[in-house]
Amino acid sequence: MPSLGADMEAGTLVEWLIKPGDHVKRGDIVAVVETQKGAIEIEIFETGVVEQILVGLDSKVPVGTPLARICTELETKPGAAAAAPPAGPAVLPPAPLRPPPIAARPTPPPPPTAAAGRQRVSPAARRLAEMHGIDLSSVTGSGAAGAITYADIERRIGEVPVTAEKKRAPGLDLDAMRAAIAAAMARSKREIPHYYLAHQVDVTACEQWLARLNATRPPDSRLLLGALGIKAVAGAARRFPSFNGFYREGKFEPGSAVHVGFAIAIRGGGLAAPALHDAEQLSLDELMARMRDLVQRMRAGRIRSSEISDSTITVSSLGERGVEALYGIIYPPQVAIVGFGRVVERPWVVDGAVGPRSVITLTLAADHRVSDGHAGALFLAEIGKLLQEPDKL
Amino acid sequence: MLQQTVRPAIVETTFREAVREAIRDALRRDDRVFLMGEDVGRYGGCYAVSKGLLAEFGPDRIRDTPLSESGFTGAGIGAAMAGMRPIVELMTVNFSLLALDQILNTAATVRHMSGNQFGAPVVIRMATGAGRQLAAQHSHSLEGWYAHIPGIKVLAPATLEDARGMLWTALQDPDPVLIFENVMLYNMTGKLAADAGAVNIDKAAIRRPGSGISLITYGGSLWKTLEAAAQLANENIDAEVIDLRSLRPLDDAAIMASVKKTRRAVIVDEGWRSGSLAAEICARIVEQAFFDLDAPIGRVCSEEVPIPYPRHLEDAAIPQVPRIVAAAKAAVGRA
Amino acid sequence: MTAVVDKPHLSRAHALDLLKQMIRVRRFEEKCFELYTQEKIRGFLHLYDGEEAIAVGAIPVLEQRDRIVATYREHGQALVRGVSMKAAFAEMYGKQEGCSRGRGGSMHLFDRATNFYGGNAIVGGGLPLSVGLALADHMRGNDVVTACFFGDGAVAEGEFHESLNLAALWGLPLLFVCENNLYAMGTALALSESETDIQRKAACYRIPSEAVDGMDVVAVEAAARRAVHAVRESGKPYFLECRTYRLRAHSMFDAQLYRDKAEIEAWKKRDPIVRFQGWLEANRMIHPDDLARIEAEVAVEIAEAVAFAEAAGWEPVEELTRYVYADRAA
Repeated sequence: MPSLGADMEAGTLVEWLIKPGDHVKRGDIVAVVETQKGAIEIEIFETGVVEQILVGLDSKVPVGTPLARICTELETKPGAAAAAPPAGPAVLPPAPLRPPPIAARPTPPPPPTAAAGRQRVSPAARRLAEMHGIDLSSVTGSGAAGAITYADIERRIGEVPVTAEKKRAPGLDLDAMRAAIAAAMARSKREIPHYYLAHQVDVTACEQWLARLNATRPPDSRLLLGALGIKAVAGAARRFPSFNGFYREGKFEPGSAVHVGFAIAIRGGGLAAPALHDAEQLSLDELMARMRDLVQRMRAGRIRSSEISDSTITVSSLGERGVEALYGIIYPPQVAIVGFGRVVERPWVVDGAVGPRSVITLTLAADHRVSDGHAGALFLAEIGKLLQEPDKL
Repeated sequence: MLQQTVRPAIVETTFREAVREAIRDALRRDDRVFLMGEDVGRYGGCYAVSKGLLAEFGPDRIRDTPLSESGFTGAGIGAAMAGMRPIVELMTVNFSLLALDQILNTAATVRHMSGNQFGAPVVIRMATGAGRQLAAQHSHSLEGWYAHIPGIKVLAPATLEDARGMLWTALQDPDPVLIFENVMLYNMTGKLAADAGAVNIDKAAIRRPGSGISLITYGGSLWKTLEAAAQLANENIDAEVIDLRSLRPLDDAAIMASVKKTRRAVIVDEGWRSGSLAAEICARIVEQAFFDLDAPIGRVCSEEVPIPYPRHLEDAAIPQVPRIVAAAKAAVGRA
Repeated sequence: MTAVVDKPHLSRAHALDLLKQMIRVRRFEEKCFELYTQEKIRGFLHLYDGEEAIAVGAIPVLEQRDRIVATYREHGQALVRGVSMKAAFAEMYGKQEGCSRGRGGSMHLFDRATNFYGGNAIVGGGLPLSVGLALADHMRGNDVVTACFFGDGAVAEGEFHESLNLAALWGLPLLFVCENNLYAMGTALALSESETDIQRKAACYRIPSEAVDGMDVVAVEAAARRAVHAVRESGKPYFLECRTYRLRAHSMFDAQLYRDKAEIEAWKKRDPIVRFQGWLEANRMIHPDDLARIEAEVAVEIAEAVAFAEAAGWEPVEELTRYVYADRAA
């Protein structure tokens, strides 16, 4: 199939004017091809005998496809016929010339770095650093020619100062921790559309159960209501996955396990929520032991940042401080935080009669990109339900 | 008593007269040079640039043409290819569109397309710009469009020195050179050295050094930009004014050196904003001086309208001093 | 118009030369067609089959110092003028050894050595250029004629009128050669011109003109002699309309829906090569051996030139931006 034009890619054979055995000479019209511009006659450049038609009528074939095989005069000399049928040269266009592949042009060298002393910081990074009080000179850039990018600043914000503890004398750098908290909380409020739900739960059953259990235990192995609360949250989180996991890069990744972040505040203003790994699989005693261990390590400044970043949902309690309800700020990239207020003696209706009950206000602050009030309500209700059967936790 | 006539070292002259003197000088020094265009001879030039030249050089070298922009521009290109150094005068950039095929498809392509066998050392001068209430078809600023084309060079003289000196250098260039003279500048008066001569045609010039912001401009907008810079100085904004002088090639080195120093830039360009020369300069600054910027690059261009006739609308349509001042203040964060 | 001027000296040698030149162009074009179908030549290809008598009749009348401007259908003009066949094929292949460094292709053959100012892809685009070339010679007092070849299609463009007017107004040594093949791409002359007698238009600009049978190489030569002589003597323009026909389509990708097969067949009978050859044979000015010899010589030249083009190299990509402007010493 000959190329007949710059934009011809294929042609349809609509008429053959030759058949095998015909003699053809250079310049003869041998076929008609239909193209987008109309029917065009095809001429032949060989002189010889048609041996075989290779493409049938109404076939659409790409440019370059052999259409017929012609035996040129060179091959029809007397005597040659007796030999094995020679493969006469087909009307084959030689492979089209290809210019040398264009080597990738060398990219121009990056523009020279700024005058000595001036860091290369992208405008986006600069703004983010300013918002979070990050000192640019302490940041190493990962962008072109060492430029500091937005992601570099984000990474710096996400780092919790406690991890540097290994290189320093034991003890917490509370200022650094405060700065990290500030950065994280500001980011949370900026990026996460929080919605809030509150639910009052009768925890009388829990209290009674705990009282019976702890009566037989020494003080350092007694269970606290907080452990029951965390176990209940973990159980509910397993059933409502949209509250357990991370929201990153525009999508939600449900946690494969439930690691409940346990918010611990220390004197001086430090605050962190390290994870109780696989909380819903731990027994209450194991959970309680881990909680004690975390508090101890927190006071000593020996929490690893991975323990904080492992948390898939956070529980915070201010019950001991006396507030009835607390509305938390989600710790990014988590998507929910459950708050426990203090236990309050309230008049409550049970079986038609009013009587005093221990009631606690649970709150949920959740990421509206991932869940909505309906799901949140069911989630909180589930926690409340689980807390009615403390022996099953 | 001895009386000596002292030739003044400086003369008081106009932009128009400087261009005329440039043409006269070229005609005298190089017999390959001739001027060709509509009404350049008997009429003395639409903007009176060539007044008196016909009498001095004769009708062969000051050649009136019929209203055949494509024909005589192509003829100028052909004459240049055959060894002459013609100055083709297209009355204005508005009419140059009729000659665009010859400029783009012959002048700009011939050297590359012929494998360096033929070049077209033609100079094409055109008046450009708005401001005389000449309405939509007579008010274009298309020098930015022409600066898009590889194979030609594009100049915009804004000062008397450049009006006087760019022409000779352009005529000696082996490639086509387009010179855009803003209509509002012809009457501009000023002082010029009596022996002012040829100047370079590939470098920008710092017309007002400064450290607070780079105001980058050319042609008719230069003087408005300088006025804006004076106003900004009163508000403690120290503007550096760059006169591009050459629109193709652009003097990247000068632009980047300025932006690196000031960290802020506003470009003033009488072309329409979209796809303008100002847009090209923005892109280059982003490519080459991104990390030196402290603010987005500003542009002051013509509004996206056909230039209207009534004074107040025309004024609102093209760059003016208050808009330049406002853009500069926005860039330094003092909007 | 003296008899000495306009009567070509039709010796046997000259006749054979005219015939060979036409056959050479014809075979070249046929080879280009073949190479195009094999994708060795790309882009647009406009062949001269049927019009050879014009280039062969007119161009040898010009002197070496004269200038030629042509169109995108310029292979015939280029070859007859002396652009080497090797350089022409290499150019069509896009190879560096082409006459335009491979950068132009079929439509942009340029050759400084023979004062061949191109191939031009813009219909009518070469006319103002030719005015300028002639203007330069006029201003310098050079004894040089510029010949501008263009088709009937160009006659519709404004540049045609502007150029004729300028040439006449300024009295320029310019020979306008209109190759009227009756079709501007797919539009018949009668459908695009209110006045189809093209050479009459020149009279409106007070340019002396004539029309000649463009299928008759001897008539073309005679007319060209008259025309070139007139231009050289008077320093003023002259307009020569050569009435011809292209036996092939406008370009490769053309189904020729706009003209009758019968019409093409009728014109094939007036093929300039067939006609001239027949006339020479009838007048016993050539022998069959001459023809065989001519065909063989042409075949060899073509084969060698194609081999040259095949073996020639590609311009390195690094050179892409070279010669946008003249190379200047730093």
